[in-house]
Amino acid sequence: MAVLTTSVRPTDDRFAANRDGLRSLLQECDEQVELARQGGGARYLERHRSRGRLTARERIELLVDIDSAFLELSPIAAWGTEFHVGASLVTGIGVVSGIECVITASDPTVRGGSINPYTLRKNLRALEIARVNRLPIVNLVESGGADLPTQGELFVPAGRIFHDLTELSGLGIPTIALVFGNSTAGGAYVPGMCDYSVMVDKHAKVFLGGPPLVKMATGEESNDEELGGASMHSRISGLCDYFARDEHDSLRIGRQIMASLNWHKLGPGPTRPADEPLYDREELLGIAPVDLRVPFDPREVLARVVDGSRFDEYKASYGSSLVTGWASIHGYPIGVLANAQGVLFMDEAKKATEFIMLANQTDTPLVFLQNTTGYMVGRDYEQAGIIKDGAKMINAVTNSNVPHLTVIMGASYGAGNYGMCGRAYGPRFLFAWPNSKMAVMGPQQLAGVLSIVARQSAESAGRPFDEVADAAQRDAVEAQIERESHAFFNSARLYDDGIIDPRDTRTVLGIALSAVHSNVVEGRRGYGVFRM
Amino acid sequence: MIRRLLVANRAEIAGRIMRTARARGTETVAVFSDADAHLPYVSAADTAIRLPGTLASDTYLRVDLLLEAARRSGADAVHPGYGFLSESAAFAQACVDAGLVFVGPSAKVIESMGSKIEAKRLMAAAGVPVLEGVTVDEGIVTSDIASLAAKVGYPLLVKASFGGGGRGMRVVEHEGVLADAVSAASREAIAAFGNGEVFLERLVLAPRHVEVQVVGDQHGAVAHLFERECSIQRRHQKIVEESPSPTITASTREALCASAVDAARAIGYVSAGTVEFVVDDLERHYFLEVNTRLQVEHPVTELVTGLDLVELQLSIAEGDELPESVTSATATGHAIEARLYAEDPDDDNLPTTGRFTDFSFPEADGVRVDAGYGPGDEVSTNYDAMLAKVIAWAPTRVVAARRLAAALRAARLHGVTTNRDLLVGILGDDEFIAGATDTSFLERHPPAALCSAARFADDELYCVVAALWQRLEDRPPSPQPLGIPAAWRNVGPASQPRTYVLRGVPHVVGISGPHGARTVTLDDRLIEFGWVEVTSTTVAADLLGRTVRASIDRADDAVYVDGTLGSVTLLEVPRLAEPPVEEPAGSLHAPLPGSVRRLSIAEGDEVTEGDVLMVLEAMKMEHAIRAPLDGVVASVLVADGDQVEGGAILAVVTAHPEPT
Repeated sequence: MAVLTTSVRPTDDRFAANRDGLRSLLQECDEQVELARQGGGARYLERHRSRGRLTARERIELLVDIDSAFLELSPIAAWGTEFHVGASLVTGIGVVSGIECVITASDPTVRGGSINPYTLRKNLRALEIARVNRLPIVNLVESGGADLPTQGELFVPAGRIFHDLTELSGLGIPTIALVFGNSTAGGAYVPGMCDYSVMVDKHAKVFLGGPPLVKMATGEESNDEELGGASMHSRISGLCDYFARDEHDSLRIGRQIMASLNWHKLGPGPTRPADEPLYDREELLGIAPVDLRVPFDPREVLARVVDGSRFDEYKASYGSSLVTGWASIHGYPIGVLANAQGVLFMDEAKKATEFIMLANQTDTPLVFLQNTTGYMVGRDYEQAGIIKDGAKMINAVTNSNVPHLTVIMGASYGAGNYGMCGRAYGPRFLFAWPNSKMAVMGPQQLAGVLSIVARQSAESAGRPFDEVADAAQRDAVEAQIERESHAFFNSARLYDDGIIDPRDTRTVLGIALSAVHSNVVEGRRGYGVFRM
Repeated sequence: MIRRLLVANRAEIAGRIMRTARARGTETVAVFSDADAHLPYVSAADTAIRLPGTLASDTYLRVDLLLEAARRSGADAVHPGYGFLSESAAFAQACVDAGLVFVGPSAKVIESMGSKIEAKRLMAAAGVPVLEGVTVDEGIVTSDIASLAAKVGYPLLVKASFGGGGRGMRVVEHEGVLADAVSAASREAIAAFGNGEVFLERLVLAPRHVEVQVVGDQHGAVAHLFERECSIQRRHQKIVEESPSPTITASTREALCASAVDAARAIGYVSAGTVEFVVDDLERHYFLEVNTRLQVEHPVTELVTGLDLVELQLSIAEGDELPESVTSATATGHAIEARLYAEDPDDDNLPTTGRFTDFSFPEADGVRVDAGYGPGDEVSTNYDAMLAKVIAWAPTRVVAARRLAAALRAARLHGVTTNRDLLVGILGDDEFIAGATDTSFLERHPPAALCSAARFADDELYCVVAALWQRLEDRPPSPQPLGIPAAWRNVGPASQPRTYVLRGVPHVVGISGPHGARTVTLDDRLIEFGWVEVTSTTVAADLLGRTVRASIDRADDAVYVDGTLGSVTLLEVPRLAEPPVEEPAGSLHAPLPGSVRRLSIAEGDEVTEGDVLMVLEAMKMEHAIRAPLDGVVASVLVADGDQVEGGAILAVVTAHPEPT
């Protein structure tokens, strides 16, 4: 297999500018992540600890195997919204007793771990990851239930949590609830719908209605322990399968349950040499562009991500604005589709379609590296049928059955986002670099389009066109789109599974590839591979 | 001629004897108890015969079974080794009666030397200097004992006539405590040896224990093979021996050796034996006893003389005359032996048990190892706790001591606590190096101080070494690709501290940091960290600006580290331990592993604080289990004769309920 060469010069100006820009973006991101890590702040943290309780992340650190990797998902969910960054829930992919699984942990220091619309999205995404990748899920529960002021946005879709949990069970995917505290009202169905439930003595509180509600409803006097304590549920209701004496005991039991699952991954293990790339991953910071108008060669990225920097390029001289080829990451064979010049022309669309079909023939997972401004527009292209060719590519992406992993390295505009397996196309995992931007089109283009339309509208109505107002309007729209295409904005809305440090790309894809191989890896068969 | 030799012993000495037998073409027969079936000496023998059971009294002390084993295996000679039946006149006689060659002196000589009083009488008659002593007849009245004692002089020693190993022995400083000491020694002697006869002997001040190796053939020739210094003793058991003795002058040496030859001649000694003397502060020597067997410490004599004492024993038993190499033997250089025991010098030298996952000694110049155990072998409390003898020879004493300490340090002893650090501490001690030892050396130098002198002050750094190695090389099986960095996190550093217990003290190690820049902490102290290199069995790391190298191994939660900072065993504390089962208040625990004897309580019995409820016997020692308070026996969890683990609950005693 061919070994990639590099022409990156760490001494040149653009490299330095990119590196400095990326560092400052990463620092901004780290600051937000740190806010999420601090949960509800010092006061609530102190109160939580004084009750002898561990934080969500401390629970995870004790649950996962020592020295194993943990990939946290969507750490800055709800960024820039009225809700606390992180959305009062920690989710991720970890290894528990030698089993890869999805872990969710409510953060009780943030408004009692209550669920807001972003928490819900994050929780549902975790459940989806568990389902599509066939990963057992461990829920570390301590949540006050729905954030009541937002119930209007929450109540109806939140039923999906319990639906998805029991659907997992129906698919034979183990579900486990370790209840550390409140799990009341709707939340009571989390241990209710899980295959295994563990409750912590004196701390777990699992009931549909607490003492005040019961008093109001029936006049009955009751207390927390008899309505929903661990002891009661272990001895009387039978809702609790394992009585835990304290939090550590609960985590120990959780690990024991996982160890006893008799669980096996269904996908093949890594089959290729997993040697490190030949080039320094640190240089990815200088390769990732801060100015998205400047194209870069994705082979420079691949040279720092794939095993041994080995890449077997497919159709190298055809449709060269899209790079396709075969490689492996941490020993897992993959097919790669990576934008080179941003624009997707007809040839690129057809090449992509063929390549996706080829990957399905050999059950090879696909990695999409996005840096696209969309499909080409213009008279010649429309007349040549760019829509038909784009449709082929979108069809192929949609109906491909092999696992897809997407990394947004730069621009993700227009239908290019779709064709390159954006969020709506169900990639198993989707990560974004902090410099990336995602929108229907670039901010200036969008503002310009709106301005032209307004000018035409004024002309046809015979109104005078207010140039000053138009300029102000253009600036305002440009600023709005700039803000909405920002990586944080999209990550906050769960349009990705998290912003990653470009230097971590190989590790993150390795963890993700390993996770997707928990399920069967099987491509779509049918007509065979069409020559497009 | 001896064609097939049965060795009526076990472990290191059995292996030692068989090594010589094999070298001279004599076939070997081993006997083994059920506990010893897997020891190296068993597989090293040409034939091995099982002695069913584990207790010494059911196996290695059973004359009938040993003779039967000799008959079944077709052995024509028996070597008794040391300990067990090695000084049993009855066994020697039984062997001869069964038509077997007994490799050792005659039953008559063994018997005459078995009684210390009889031996002293014989020696005094032969002109060998003996200490003044008088026998205390049974039934003697207190005032008569006092007048006997006055003849001997204070301070004096009360000793059992038939005994050894320090049992039935008392030091008496003045008349006030004489009667109690005599009766206590007598009681102990009855319990241990079945004979309560004791005698009084003058106590020698600053005594040194020096013994002379003698050999005699069946034709009346007797020779000495120089002396051995055995003053470093713990509870009257030797742990470091050497030859020549650094504590005596050449003229004393000459006098001692001459006395030893006189003593051996006086009793017509045949085979290898040892005449023990005590040397006082004025270099006067007095006869103590004759050991009619091969001594544990015989290798130091072998290394300075170049002779093989077992070979000599066998050729003498075959009727050969003493060769010239013996009659004109010379001693060259210096040899020191250290006895490696399964016992914990940090815990009052209590015996330890367990399984060795590794038990090996790297080859070293001038170092000989007579080991009874190997990797995978189990150490129980059934027999003597000696694991191996390590002997070093060098042209000078200082070099021999250094070689021996180095060999002990380099040994890999994984799985059972040993007295290694104590031995290394002794060998490095200034007073020892100066050759100024006497029998109270270990009273002046507490084991704890010697052990810590043998250790590196900062060996808790090994906790960091272990954590780095476990993180990089000893990860639990993972479904994730191997190349994923250990403890990788995309959000914040991992926080998974490891806790290791080193000699009872917990140490917490934290390792964190993304992208290779690791932060290492030990008990909240930042440890300057440079680099680390690991393999499956080794680790090297730059910690605090220096390179620490070690070999490393783990078995369950024990991590064994041998290297730059010495050898330690670290016990990893599980991150999520099962909460302990609450035990009833008033539970009495076994202080060490052993067997229950003289159980004197039943459930419901009233007991008074201090009552002896049972005795735990382990390694020749009896530990009384006493009532901690006035109360009632709530439950008894053991039966007489039970073998119990250290820490096991034996019984529960609860206070009387408050009157209502």
